[in-house]
Amino acid sequence: MGSVGAKEVPELLNAEGRRIDGRRLDELRQIAMKVGPLTRADGSAFVEWGENKVMAAVYGPREVHPRHLMQTAKAIVQCRYNMAAFSVDERKRPGQDRRSQEISKVITEAFESVIFTEEFPKTSIDIYIEVLQANAGTRCAGLVAASLALADAGIPMADLVASVAVGKVAGRIALDLKKEEDNFGDADMPLALVPQSGRLVLIQMEGHMTQDELRQALDLGVKGCRDIYEKMRQALRSRYDVPAGSAAPEVAA
Amino acid sequence: MGNGQGPRHRGRDRGARSPQSEPKVLVLPGDEIPDRGLQPGFGTYRVGRRLFVSIMGYATWRDPFVRVVPFAGRYIPKPNDVIVGVVQDVQKTFYLLDIDASRWAPLHTSGTPWEPGPGELDQYLRIGDAVLVAVENLDPTGKIGVTMKGEGLGKLSGGTLATISPAKIPRVIGKAGSMIHTITRLTGTRVAVGQNGRIWVEGTPDGIHRVRECLRIIEEEGQWPGLTERIEGFLQMTGPTDDTGPRPPGPEPVDRTQPERFDEGAPPPDDDPRAPSASPHIPPDETNEGEGPWEA
Repeated sequence: MGSVGAKEVPELLNAEGRRIDGRRLDELRQIAMKVGPLTRADGSAFVEWGENKVMAAVYGPREVHPRHLMQTAKAIVQCRYNMAAFSVDERKRPGQDRRSQEISKVITEAFESVIFTEEFPKTSIDIYIEVLQANAGTRCAGLVAASLALADAGIPMADLVASVAVGKVAGRIALDLKKEEDNFGDADMPLALVPQSGRLVLIQMEGHMTQDELRQALDLGVKGCRDIYEKMRQALRSRYDVPAGSAAPEVAA
Repeated sequence: MGNGQGPRHRGRDRGARSPQSEPKVLVLPGDEIPDRGLQPGFGTYRVGRRLFVSIMGYATWRDPFVRVVPFAGRYIPKPNDVIVGVVQDVQKTFYLLDIDASRWAPLHTSGTPWEPGPGELDQYLRIGDAVLVAVENLDPTGKIGVTMKGEGLGKLSGGTLATISPAKIPRVIGKAGSMIHTITRLTGTRVAVGQNGRIWVEGTPDGIHRVRECLRIIEEEGQWPGLTERIEGFLQMTGPTDDTGPRPPGPEPVDRTQPERFDEGAPPPDDDPRAPSASPHIPPDETNEGEGPWEA
């Protein structure tokens, strides 16, 4: 993180209720998702979310490494979230740090709750999330990318996991914070939702909110997740779109 | 979410292709689909009485199961499948093969034509060697037993490996082997197709390259109609140019000195695929008449 104290606090919310980048409080940033950009991985996805750029690759189910982690009755899920050295303004010291370990852990747990791990005993499902460019909300972007990559890899799971952050900016609850809002705002709360069952599989918070604000934030966040979910479904479907003019596709017998 | 009724209904397939054809519905994990009184099959799960999808693919309702034909995923072994494995480890009494499934498969010496003493296994196969084997048994813990005993099975020497999604293997083989036959005929290569998506190819560097290109086309466009014609067109288009084009001097003829063991593979019991993979060994001059300096 850059030195916050030295900078002047920008105006996060103007008189017309517009945020620093012109969005309304309940508006998402621009999102583009591409499924399957990598050929070596079993599944992959690239997500550009505002100024975030995140690549996810999924391998497996495959042999467990290191072997002592193997579980006899189910697959293990191993996720590694990593930020590139060039992903932030000031060079990030490469490698795992406490922040990325934590994020890796919570993302792993989010996916363990949807993947049908019992179908693949003694194996490992490995998820790699590489943040190439960061602008707040990278764990959410990483979750979305990894979720698409898992679907692309054909790994059975109860549902796609959709994710977005909500927060408190200039005293108001806002959806999908960007960097300035995260740095100078009052609270930030990433969420991950399993839309079909309505379960939250990740929720963290930094900063302060009242109970009312929290309720409001949860409602807004869940709504945001459902919007993201629709975008994810479109991205997956477009991968298998038939080019215009050709007849109905055939299916492997 | 109650958006279950599938994203997209795709009319009937053209009649003859699959007699029991149903409308194919593209489904994604989390979609709710109707069970139409059938049991949940591959790629589906129940919550109470509702039925959901767990894998992206096409949903099919065919008595007695509702199942999803997946677009992707690792190879799921079935007994008697012929597959290509790569030796990953040599133990005292067995080899461990990477077969692109979720786990490695042990190949015991009892399943090989050799009788090595303990510790002598690496005289026959070493790490990195490719073998054509058949799936023999699957136990509930997920262990995959394979054997090398059977027509056409054995070590694959020479040649190279190409890969494609296992879901696309039926496309690679084509109806009664038509696709693979077209490919081997027009490239002058010999090919062994494993059901696990590994394909062993032997031939000239150019032939191998064109086979790889074909596989790429099948991988990317396999679900669109008219595939065989497109592949044939591609091969006929690239054939002559590539053969006369920038080729290193002293073209190498197809190596016919390799053991021809899996050339004589008897057609397997079902109407499938492996037969063609095993058969076509066509001398290059027949396939490429006047197209290039094959034997020059």
